[in-house]
Amino acid sequence: MTRPHPGTHPGVPEQPTPVAGGTDHRQDPGGSHHPEHPHAPETSRAPGHPVLDEFDPSAAADRATTAILRDTLYGEQRGVIVDSPPGAGKSTLVVRAARELAAAGRPLMVIAQTNAQVDDLVDRLARADPELPVGRLHSSDPEPYDPMLDQHPAVRTAARIDDLAGLDIVVSTAAKWAWVRTDTRWPQAIVDEAYQMRSDALLAVAGLFERALFVGDPGQLDPFSQVVAEQWAGLSYDPSASAVSTLLAHNPELPQHRLPVSWRLPASAAPLVSAAFYPYTPFRSGTGPGDRRLTFGVPADGSAADAVIDEAATGGWGLLELPARHTPRTDPEAVGAVAEVVRGLVTRRGATTSERDTVAVPLTPERVAVGTAHRDQAAAVRSALADLEVPGAAEVTVDTANRLQGREFDVTVVLHPLSGRPDATAFHLETGRLCVLASRHRHACVVVCRAGVPELLDAHPSTEPVQLGVTVKFPDGWEANHAILAHLATHRVRC
Amino acid sequence: MSLIVTLARMEALASGRSQPLATVRHRHLSERPMVFVPLTTAGEAGAPLGALLGTDRAEPRLLVVPQPRNRDLRFAFLAELAARLLPHLESALDDVEHEQHGDEESELCADAPQLLVPNQPGVEFVRLLGRSMRFRRTAQDDPDAPHPVPTQVPLLGRWLTHYGERSRVPGSALLLSMTELLGRHWATGQSQLEDQHLGALLGWVAASDRDVEARDPAGQLRWPPAGPATDPAFDNHLLAPAVERYDADVPGAERQVRELIAGQLRPAWEDMWDGVELLRALPEGRRVGERWKRDRYSYTHHRDRVRAGEPPQPRRDDAVTAAAKLASREQAQARLDAQEALDDPLAMAARRLTGEAFAGEVVEVTPAWSEGKRPRPRPLVTVRSTDLPYLAVGGRAHRELPDGGRQSAELAAAPESGLFLLRLVSGMGRGKEPAPGSVPAAGDRVCWTLFEHSPRGGPGLPDPEDTPWTHGGPPVLGGEADSEASGGTGTTGGAEPHGRRLPAAREAAATDPAAGQADTAPDRVTTEDYL
Repeated sequence: MTRPHPGTHPGVPEQPTPVAGGTDHRQDPGGSHHPEHPHAPETSRAPGHPVLDEFDPSAAADRATTAILRDTLYGEQRGVIVDSPPGAGKSTLVVRAARELAAAGRPLMVIAQTNAQVDDLVDRLARADPELPVGRLHSSDPEPYDPMLDQHPAVRTAARIDDLAGLDIVVSTAAKWAWVRTDTRWPQAIVDEAYQMRSDALLAVAGLFERALFVGDPGQLDPFSQVVAEQWAGLSYDPSASAVSTLLAHNPELPQHRLPVSWRLPASAAPLVSAAFYPYTPFRSGTGPGDRRLTFGVPADGSAADAVIDEAATGGWGLLELPARHTPRTDPEAVGAVAEVVRGLVTRRGATTSERDTVAVPLTPERVAVGTAHRDQAAAVRSALADLEVPGAAEVTVDTANRLQGREFDVTVVLHPLSGRPDATAFHLETGRLCVLASRHRHACVVVCRAGVPELLDAHPSTEPVQLGVTVKFPDGWEANHAILAHLATHRVRC
Repeated sequence: MSLIVTLARMEALASGRSQPLATVRHRHLSERPMVFVPLTTAGEAGAPLGALLGTDRAEPRLLVVPQPRNRDLRFAFLAELAARLLPHLESALDDVEHEQHGDEESELCADAPQLLVPNQPGVEFVRLLGRSMRFRRTAQDDPDAPHPVPTQVPLLGRWLTHYGERSRVPGSALLLSMTELLGRHWATGQSQLEDQHLGALLGWVAASDRDVEARDPAGQLRWPPAGPATDPAFDNHLLAPAVERYDADVPGAERQVRELIAGQLRPAWEDMWDGVELLRALPEGRRVGERWKRDRYSYTHHRDRVRAGEPPQPRRDDAVTAAAKLASREQAQARLDAQEALDDPLAMAARRLTGEAFAGEVVEVTPAWSEGKRPRPRPLVTVRSTDLPYLAVGGRAHRELPDGGRQSAELAAAPESGLFLLRLVSGMGRGKEPAPGSVPAAGDRVCWTLFEHSPRGGPGLPDPEDTPWTHGGPPVLGGEADSEASGGTGTTGGAEPHGRRLPAAREAAATDPAAGQADTAPDRVTTEDYL
């Protein structure tokens, strides 16, 4: 009944094969822990010092991709599941798989979860192969798709599936696909962000395809329902659960792959995020220490905000700690501190160097993001930025964890979900929320938080009722929060 | 909890009296509700101990199980409960009206019986009673079955199951709990957990001073809880000795158990009717009737299923039914939230505070038309508001027109903080000029919502027999196939241990004797069946 991780399933024997990214994803390059011991040394191993002994990230990623494509194109099974940690090249994989399937003459439907994801995928496909005929099925609302798609000559857009007949690839949202009625099934589908798709959404579209490749990140926010769905908890097809958990409950024999390398997260972040959120499916960073650099042309002015920016520029993480206090959600001091950090980031002439660029690239406001737990907090940060009259502040992305999923920035500033709270509710403890917030950056992440969160966590152990038959998710938010905070404490600047 | 509810609770705490959370009543309240106050036996999950029920405050009917562990007495209780409840639940079957939907005419019961219980555990108990009664065998089903029950018992089980399931639909009113009803309309200064105690909640709302924790010199609560669970001090010191005397055939012992249980139920009975009167004093919200009509449809559909001779509701929903229920409940929740806000300025205030609506004064109206061969009116309306909606340029807002129609607009610009330039895009009739009254004038107060007023339903789902491979394929008919037999998926923890039936409305069993037999065969018997 207890499963160590949403991506794993019992019944598959552990294989000692040391191939990163193989079908059994419990194996561990470090070889140090076991699913029965969630408190294995992994979490206490000092992050920030990855052992890159003879680990070739590109080769490992290539091996994983090759195995995935082999199973997808030539495998016997109707489904293939790919778990992808943050920034591991999931979109690249989807584009590559789509092109190879099209080249093999298999008409393909691609199911994504939001219109923004669909537009982004179509754009990537068209850029990768401008000749490839791609259909973008859209709703009949005004402005149903991003107008940038119109510049791709091979992309056809339509609100009716009949107008896209004969195209190699048709892409749309799960919600739109659910309205499609057809007599002939697509031989192949790709389901993107499958862990964020609800089981009932998959039920509505699964009749449209014969086989499918399911790609997603098990560590991000789970799908949810606004109404109580407890009566189905524990059923294999609980409509409010994620599509992948239903799929695996009914088809435990499906091959499961994972992408072993995060190309987004820097060497300072990958070990911590891997240990805190993916303890049984570890991954590495594609870059080593020193491959990425963040520097500032304007020296610190002695303020706490500048000090934490410098700390984050050196160590990849920064914790700006405010005095302990119970506050409303839109804590004015914490919101103000976030705005000050953003001001420092965009006015101190920051520059980044990375494996992509040989020369330093200016850190522009659109490469900076602020992440919060609630919409009103995001709104408060936006208006605080406007009040500070920070130049370019309008280009800084300020949004909730839900809306930052799948996005990437150079530097992120996070208002900690538990900052100033008197209680630790399931919402604020959700593992996926913290994981999204802590894994959007290529260079550095600054967390703004009131002191006292570890004590708050100790006063509020997880007390969610246990439901029979429901996968127990490890690590729980309580443990993940402790792991992150313990590491952040070494990068602390007090306000 | 919204900001405005938090404020109301703090005000209630400061003043010592409940504060209103609504200006109208948001749930249907029947003329003649059936009030049902059940008690359960401690340590015997689902073993009824007694109940007070009735539609007349002056004439409660007391049912008691003098020895709850005696199965014959328990069945006698269920038979009597069926004899009392069923006439009420079946009282509205034949008074029908007709509704026209396009070419189709459908029959709709003119009213539906309402069931009121004290609290959420009471609703759960109704569900549990339904679960334990609907599969009971009658002598007609199987003359050799042990413990046959009167035909009314499984029938009541099906009705209670239907009412219990319907109560999960947001905004429904066939089965309601009094604590939930009162809690929706008044805020108290105690915690939400304490609000589950009907007596304590009414102490705030009815402004009567009562100490629900006070005990008499014998250690008994002066204000017993409203069930289904009883107070342990009552169980240990009064009930257990009385039941022992009953077991020992002491004369008068049964009467004594009855009096004890009646004493525990009486205060809750009075509180229930006090609550009904408090709620009756509130005027009904404008859209409550529309929601009640959905309840009447639900009642009518269940009547039709029973009359068609369909089997009882299955133990577990199949994948398609579960998904369909979830979708319809999410739609009902969105509809309820929208309708409550439109019916009630206090509910709208909560939405305005969360940035989902804004109200203000029209400061300027500029006539404008769309381009094209047939220009349509697209007037620009500038609204000044101190609210802070999460509305970006291009975003949609909706409002109710004075004649009840709906109008949508999109934000064309937000020239300065507190000013919203809206382009009206609908609700202005078919002509070149907007219909009278459809465009606000300068000085008018308007309220726009960012949420739609009647949320649309989702796309259809496959038929259960077309359940795709991702969800385990079509459900198994009959009760034979278990997880081991269907491929060893039992270790996943999710595979259902019982075979399932197709939803009754869709299956062809009625005309196929073999399938019909499989359908009337019981599911595997579990301990739950002997509750």
